[in-house]
Amino acid sequence: MSIAKTLYDKIWDAHIVHSDPDGTCLLYIDRHLVHEVTSPQAFEGLRLSGRKVRAPEKTIAVPDHNVPTTENRDDGIDNEESRIQVEALDKNAKDFGVNYYPVSDIRQGIVHIVGPEQGWTLPGMTVVCGDSHTATHGAFGALAHGIGTSEVEHVLATQTLIQKKSKNMKVEITGKLRPGVTAKDITLAVIGETGTAGGTGYVIEYCGQAIRELSMEGRMTVCNMAIEGGARAGLIAPDEKTYEYCKGRPHSPKGTSWEMALAYWKTLFSDEGASFDKVVTIKGEDIAPLVTWGTSPEDVLPITAEVPDPESFSGGKVEAVRRSLEYMGLQAGQKLSEIEIDTVFIGSCTNGRIEDLRAASEILKGKKIKKGMRAMVVPGSGLVRMQAEEEGIAEIFREAGFEWRLAGCSMCLAMNPDQLEEGERCASTSNRNFEGRQGYRGRTHLVSPAMAAAAAITGKLTDVREIQ
Amino acid sequence: MEKFEKLSGVAAPMPLVNIDTDMIIPKVFLKTIKRSGLGVNLFDEMRYDREGNEKPDFVLNKPQYRNAKILVAGDNFGCGSSREHAPWAIADFGIKCVISTSFADIFYNNCFKNGILPLVLPEDAVDTLMKDAEKGANSIIEVDLENQTIVSSDGEIFRFEVDPFKKHCLLNGLDDIGLTMEKEDHIAAYESKASLQFPWT
Repeated sequence: MSIAKTLYDKIWDAHIVHSDPDGTCLLYIDRHLVHEVTSPQAFEGLRLSGRKVRAPEKTIAVPDHNVPTTENRDDGIDNEESRIQVEALDKNAKDFGVNYYPVSDIRQGIVHIVGPEQGWTLPGMTVVCGDSHTATHGAFGALAHGIGTSEVEHVLATQTLIQKKSKNMKVEITGKLRPGVTAKDITLAVIGETGTAGGTGYVIEYCGQAIRELSMEGRMTVCNMAIEGGARAGLIAPDEKTYEYCKGRPHSPKGTSWEMALAYWKTLFSDEGASFDKVVTIKGEDIAPLVTWGTSPEDVLPITAEVPDPESFSGGKVEAVRRSLEYMGLQAGQKLSEIEIDTVFIGSCTNGRIEDLRAASEILKGKKIKKGMRAMVVPGSGLVRMQAEEEGIAEIFREAGFEWRLAGCSMCLAMNPDQLEEGERCASTSNRNFEGRQGYRGRTHLVSPAMAAAAAITGKLTDVREIQ
Repeated sequence: MEKFEKLSGVAAPMPLVNIDTDMIIPKVFLKTIKRSGLGVNLFDEMRYDREGNEKPDFVLNKPQYRNAKILVAGDNFGCGSSREHAPWAIADFGIKCVISTSFADIFYNNCFKNGILPLVLPEDAVDTLMKDAEKGANSIIEVDLENQTIVSSDGEIFRFEVDPFKKHCLLNGLDDIGLTMEKEDHIAAYESKASLQFPWT
């Protein structure tokens, strides 16, 4: 009888090129995604050593972090360093012959949205990118994780990575979600439970009824933030929804190749009795719409709660919470639902897909954002933007008072001109509430798209269930 | 890559937990297309005010820590983004060893590619070394990678664990890519097998 394997075990085993007795493996990489910020030094390294890209057909590049999201962006990028970085990617993509979606291409967008959309990301693959949110692609049952620039160069040159296997962790979300609760709330709830270091050394497999019932978009949101819990990667076993999503995409297999792929994908699940090193179980019905109050994604509470007292924590976290509250300008005991905000950002690789925009527009339909509020929607790709325009969603956002932008990473990390001013407070659908993340001394509260829309209407963090 | 064998120097204490890569090197400095010169911007927003003046309270601005070679930090150091600019900035500042109870995965791997030794020690050992670091310039901590030991200024010896392959590369300053390219036959064999088994990839 064969040994019961987890989904992670199966994908890992299928990609071993070579293994050393100490467990160090050379792992084959099926898809390498590349953006402009973490790749220039890697391409330069190849040039200096006279190396080529081993598999340009498996390498996909797209500029996303630095690109402006305003309508006039075809006029060029004002910031010189940003422009140089994007131009470097233009040149590197051309010189090394990799697949490329330049800024002018309608398919351009955030690399983690473009990959799945174009059918590059498929079940059972290994996917890497010089970007921690590569975890997103785990939603397809692909082993996907972020790497540093030295490793980007390693993958470009050899199409492999030197790795040691992580441990297996199972996160089960049982039962159904309550109304107003979304994939974003699931992933924040998990981080709230495990902490930002709880996943360190593990690959997480998310499972359970609430995960099965999510769309592919929702599953991408959940896996996207696996890294925020410290995990190397997040995985969800593929099912009919996955196959349906992949079918007919530009780079997904066709004809007999599709049939062959499908037969293989159907073997990608954790076997009955497979062993996990750690198991976390959360009841779907226990999850409320969540918001973050501090400067770490683990600083998360239901919208109905109050800002916690630093003294209620222990160890090094006491000082960290004190520092967070001072940075965030909040007092212990303050009701989260009374925190006033002045900016709303809807977008990012966490929540910049069509379903996210639909969810926010449902709340905004026929309403206006609060006077003086700065609210921005940045679709995750040119194709998401186009679809939202066709569905009338763009019009709802515009009518409500949102700025309707072009695709990119935008205010998620504020490398382009979309930034918070000092002291500004933002309800954001992005993934990190770190100090300065969205702009120097800016303050971030992480929320779901529906919660962000609700906050835009009322001008404060708001329980979406109270919006009629 | 520069070899790492032994290191002896002042350690700067940063007891804060969850020091993320945005703190280590804010995104405005990610626009470079080079690896060098980032040390001056290490911990930029903690280290300088908006006008670029040094904040005297920040540890690396204190006279006794300006030449620190070691950092002793709170739990989960280096969490957040995959930016290798974080270890580039640390190494460029002159810090070659970071000690904590845990590190974020990607940052941890990135350190080894840049001649930095990230050391995971139990909480009580980190506490001892943190107190040692707080003594300032007279407190020299010694790290010996070959023997996997760290010696506090009081002579207390702690043993640390490190992956044998990573240790070997760091001790000898080896380039991973060169090592992998020696396995070219294995890569080619995998590719021809995969082209039959997984033709859609």
